[in-house]
Amino acid sequence: MPQFVQSSPPSSHTARRTRYIALQFAVVVIVVALAYAAIHNAAQNLANAHITSGFGFWNNTAGFDISQTLIGYSASTSTFGRAFLVGLLNTLLVGALGIVLATVLGFAIGIARLSRNWLLARLAGGYVELIRNVPLLLQLLFWYNSVLKALPLVRGSLAIPGGGLLNIRGLFLPRPQFADGFEYVVIALGFGIVASVGLRVWARRRQDRTGEPVRVFWMAFGLVVVVPAVVFMVSGAPLSFSFPKMGRFNVMGGVEILPELAALLLALTVYTAAFIAETVRAGVLAVSHGQTEAAQALGLRSGTTLRLVIVPQAMRVIIPPLTSQYLNLIKNSSLAVAIGYPDLVEVFTGSVLNLTGQAVEVVTVTMAVYLCISLFTSLLMNAYGYAVAVEER
Amino acid sequence: MAAMTEKSYLRTAPAEHLPPPLEQAGLLRWARENLFSSPGNIVLTLVCIFFIGWTVPPLLRFFVFDAVWSGSDREACLASPQLPEPGACWAFVRVWYSYFIYGFYPIVERWRVDIFFAALAVGIGWLAWLSAPRRDIGAVYFFIVLPILSYVLLSGAPLLGLAVVPTAQWGGILVTIVVATVGIVVSLPLGILLALGRRSDIPVVKFFAVTFIEFVRGVPLITVLFMASVMLPLFVPERLSPDKLLRALVGVALFASAYMAEVVRGGLTAVPRGQYEAAQALGLPHWRMMAFVIMPQALRVTLPNIVNIFISLFKDTTLVFIVGIFDFLRTIEAARADPHWATPVTSVTGYAFAALFYFICCYGMSRYARGVETRLARAHLR
Repeated sequence: MPQFVQSSPPSSHTARRTRYIALQFAVVVIVVALAYAAIHNAAQNLANAHITSGFGFWNNTAGFDISQTLIGYSASTSTFGRAFLVGLLNTLLVGALGIVLATVLGFAIGIARLSRNWLLARLAGGYVELIRNVPLLLQLLFWYNSVLKALPLVRGSLAIPGGGLLNIRGLFLPRPQFADGFEYVVIALGFGIVASVGLRVWARRRQDRTGEPVRVFWMAFGLVVVVPAVVFMVSGAPLSFSFPKMGRFNVMGGVEILPELAALLLALTVYTAAFIAETVRAGVLAVSHGQTEAAQALGLRSGTTLRLVIVPQAMRVIIPPLTSQYLNLIKNSSLAVAIGYPDLVEVFTGSVLNLTGQAVEVVTVTMAVYLCISLFTSLLMNAYGYAVAVEER
Repeated sequence: MAAMTEKSYLRTAPAEHLPPPLEQAGLLRWARENLFSSPGNIVLTLVCIFFIGWTVPPLLRFFVFDAVWSGSDREACLASPQLPEPGACWAFVRVWYSYFIYGFYPIVERWRVDIFFAALAVGIGWLAWLSAPRRDIGAVYFFIVLPILSYVLLSGAPLLGLAVVPTAQWGGILVTIVVATVGIVVSLPLGILLALGRRSDIPVVKFFAVTFIEFVRGVPLITVLFMASVMLPLFVPERLSPDKLLRALVGVALFASAYMAEVVRGGLTAVPRGQYEAAQALGLPHWRMMAFVIMPQALRVTLPNIVNIFISLFKDTTLVFIVGIFDFLRTIEAARADPHWATPVTSVTGYAFAALFYFICCYGMSRYARGVETRLARAHLR
């Protein structure tokens, strides 16, 4: 017969409380002691190396060149702070372009994987398996060193339809030049977009009230496309392009896209698209077939079924993993340092760190920036997630 | 009975089934349903066939038919009258492959690396084979015996007569595997602790666990590696300054732990509440309940996700390249810059070889994860 140990509940409760508090206290003491030891060591090591800590370097002259600057920057006059800003903007540029391109490619491949065409589904599946199982850094080096370095020299530039040039120095695209009067076109376009949105809202309200659907597509098309086009013609076509021309050693004019940027974008897009494709496939498969059948039973056409029944429910499943793919893309853009694209890590954790030796400050700031970008992207995607969430009763 | 047999025009056995019409069965029906079911589908099929015809033959030509399989220097892989457009230069890989595997590890000591690989393979096989005998001993072997054995083998122990090999001489696939293995061996226990910390009802523990996990998951691995390689030496007394490889290992292990914690937490939430209640009803104290009831189930459910973490960890090991460690990718980069092998196809060949290696490893692991997943799903259905 087992003995039952009778313990009075209140005393065991207090004992537990005491244990909890003691444990928390111990954890805090350990963490504080470790932090103190680390800071103490760091102070001593820095003193030995004659490095003064702090952000005094922020306003010193940088003195190094950066190959791609979206804002004014010169090696001789700009500060380290300015270099930080240049790197940050380059990171944001590659992140934003990469997200757009990867989303388009990823959705296309995800839908191709679900295609009823066996061959297309298999091809898309092969793409996903191949790309997902090879490290991004290897792909990046491949695109940069094997594909883009194999492009012809300036003299043998490949012409791209539409007036672009492609050679080992990068991709050169026509640069749009806006003449006076272009602002009217922009105003007309803005007006068209606002008016179409208003029209759509009105049409939906009317349909809710009376049950009559209103076709707004052609009216919206007229407002967004035709009206600005007419304004463009009337104001004398105030837009021209400066086409890149081949010089002796380099290309003049046009917008230059560095080979580093091109390689990074290519690698990030191709890699992230494979993951987004899987996300999209899982999301669409998560909508049960009964939903399609119910929609058909109600007499909806297949396009309408897709737009009103499948996509809204699939998006609800897709948004959270899609967000983490976007975050991965932004974090992965830091691989730029391997090929020398001047992103935040390359400029700040690379050049600035080497020139100043302020390891603690530089690495901390870099990490803080990525944390902020991650947080901001999450917030944005959560807001979008709420917006597309299916309202349940 | 006798009258029946006289009527010889009656069948005694049913007729053989006729095969279905040709277009209703076999390959033709399959092709009709899957490739040519509608005009749009036909166009798609034709586009796909065109795409395959456009890409596959040149790739086969480059990597197999026109590839150079043997040779001692670049001459073999340059264009010649016999081979106007040479394909991949596999001769380059054949000459360099021992460097790709061992780096600068001294040639006479390389048997130690081979033993390490074999010991590791035994450990992985033991844990990965779900119905292997005594997997508990396997776990002890993998998480305790193997690390000590590997350390003694690889860096040497003068007491046992094994010469010391500094980590600066390690390289290639050896380093890639060491980084990945240390990552998994450290991150699994640390990840479990962090996951328990995150679910803990002690506010301070929970706070530190959440902060650590969310912080690490919010920053790129490169910055963690930079932190480990430039900040870590500052935080310890100068005489204890860790060597380069160790710093990278610390960075990778911490990074993997945060992701592992989230995966383990997912497994913990999948354990039904009744399991906790049953364990408590049996009078198990908290830690024993966790160790003997909850954790085994949580880890089993989440095994495919653990393997997925390991796949991304394996791919991420390439990033140690950026902080100056000679991993497999770095040896490829070093070898392809060798002027003796400078040909237009050397880089592509090197990258193709690396891609093949990573693909085989990662694809194998993902197949395994999928196999476990279907097995678990079957068990769940029962």
